[in-house]
Amino acid sequence: MSERVFKSLTFAAASLTVVLAASFLIVLWFSGFEAWKTFGLKFLFTDVWNPSSGEFGALGALSGTLFTSLLALLIATPLAFAAAMWASDAPKWIASPLSRAMDMLAAIPSVIFGMWGIDFICPHFGFSLFSASLILSIMILPYITAVMRDVITMTPDVLKESAYGLGATRFEVVKDVILSFGKNGLAGGIFIGLGRALGETMAVLFVAGGLNMIPSGLFDGCTTIASALANDFAEAEGLHRSVLFALGFILLMLEFAIQILAQLYLKRGKIK
Amino acid sequence: MKLNRKYKIRTDNLSFWYGERQALFNNSLDIEANKITAIIGPSGCGKSTHLRVYNRIFELYRGQKAEGKILLDGENILDEDVDLLDLRRRIGMIFQKPTPFPMSVFDNVAYPLKLHYKLKGSELEARVEAALKGASLWDEVKDSLGKNGLALSGGQQQRLSIARAIAAEPEVLLMDEPTSAIDPIATAKIEELMDSLRERFTIVIVTHNMQQAARISDTTAFFYRGRIVEVGDTKDFFNNPKDPLTQDYLSVKFKK
Repeated sequence: MSERVFKSLTFAAASLTVVLAASFLIVLWFSGFEAWKTFGLKFLFTDVWNPSSGEFGALGALSGTLFTSLLALLIATPLAFAAAMWASDAPKWIASPLSRAMDMLAAIPSVIFGMWGIDFICPHFGFSLFSASLILSIMILPYITAVMRDVITMTPDVLKESAYGLGATRFEVVKDVILSFGKNGLAGGIFIGLGRALGETMAVLFVAGGLNMIPSGLFDGCTTIASALANDFAEAEGLHRSVLFALGFILLMLEFAIQILAQLYLKRGKIK
Repeated sequence: MKLNRKYKIRTDNLSFWYGERQALFNNSLDIEANKITAIIGPSGCGKSTHLRVYNRIFELYRGQKAEGKILLDGENILDEDVDLLDLRRRIGMIFQKPTPFPMSVFDNVAYPLKLHYKLKGSELEARVEAALKGASLWDEVKDSLGKNGLALSGGQQQRLSIARAIAAEPEVLLMDEPTSAIDPIATAKIEELMDSLRERFTIVIVTHNMQQAARISDTTAFFYRGRIVEVGDTKDFFNNPKDPLTQDYLSVKFKK
């Protein structure tokens, strides 16, 4: 195969992904247009959800999405950091298999997490915002941990040694040197986790309770955009269907924004 | 040896292992107070390893082990119950590469002061200034103390590392090939600086540069394959080496 043919093939493949991404946005926008036309910007700020009377607002699902994701981050980030710190320091024969096991968590299908959650988490915390966050935090743990492991090993040994050499404790070295050296990379890892959490569907659908309104407490039922879409889409018609597309559009924009932030921070973390 | 010499560190029968591999063999070496002792030798001879025992920095790594005695003012620093944090305040270390932390020039130098003395405000500022002056860096950075330490030139970064190492008033400075990563002009500045630091600190420098050892040190020790071959007053050592291995090394026979 000539160089030129190969180059045009790879270029075509690369362009295709861009075209696909753009077409997602276009389809979501036009299929949701009726919803935007009917409710205007108010759609973003109300949490009514009444398919029988044709009244819809995005705020219920949107707030559920944000609350569950942020709470999941709050739970997962310190755990991931601790796990990554431990793995960077523990003897290889145990750190290595445990890190692999952690990576394996990422390969478990979402629906399995959902089933597990119904049996092991919901009996304690109900079908609730908290249960959904807990499941999400376990699901994003491997992603954040993997990035943090990289960041921690990126900190040069000689930098750590010079902090220890000044009489710093292990905690001080982590806090003052590793965290400040790797803060961009760590932020990148957190955003990657956030991106995963925002779009997570099946597991949340199983345990969140499916209540489409602004959650009033940790242990109240809620829903997220992704799980509302999965739940309603098959039987939605007319305006209801268009509303779901509009919700999908909001989710996609959120995800794009988070992805861009994640890439930005990861890139900044690599410099120097 | 003259009797009136005052020794800061006495190393007695020091052996060292990287896992199964022994790197130092029953070495004894005395370090004179307020003098510069240079350790020279070919790559892999154990000179850096020896230095890294003095502040027990090697303990950060699994499987590294030292045996023997190192007496700092008569107290064995290899004892279990030695306060490591205080030991490292008393013995500062400078590395091959400059190691500014990713923070401002001021915060870099203030760092050890905050660790050990919990200083604040004007007292902290005065100590930072004194350390920067001590490292001959003050005039170059006094108007940009808020600048990131990483934005300085290589030579300045190394002097910043020295300022940080002397800020908490250690008694001993360990220097592990401190000029091997910087240019000749910056190297000259650091050698000049070391000459002035000798009044306040006991300095041990590891160097692969024999001319440097000859220029700046009072005592020179030659390491070869984990053993100390010869120690002597620097002038004597270079003009009149006694051991055939030293003679060979100095005539650059097996420098490679």
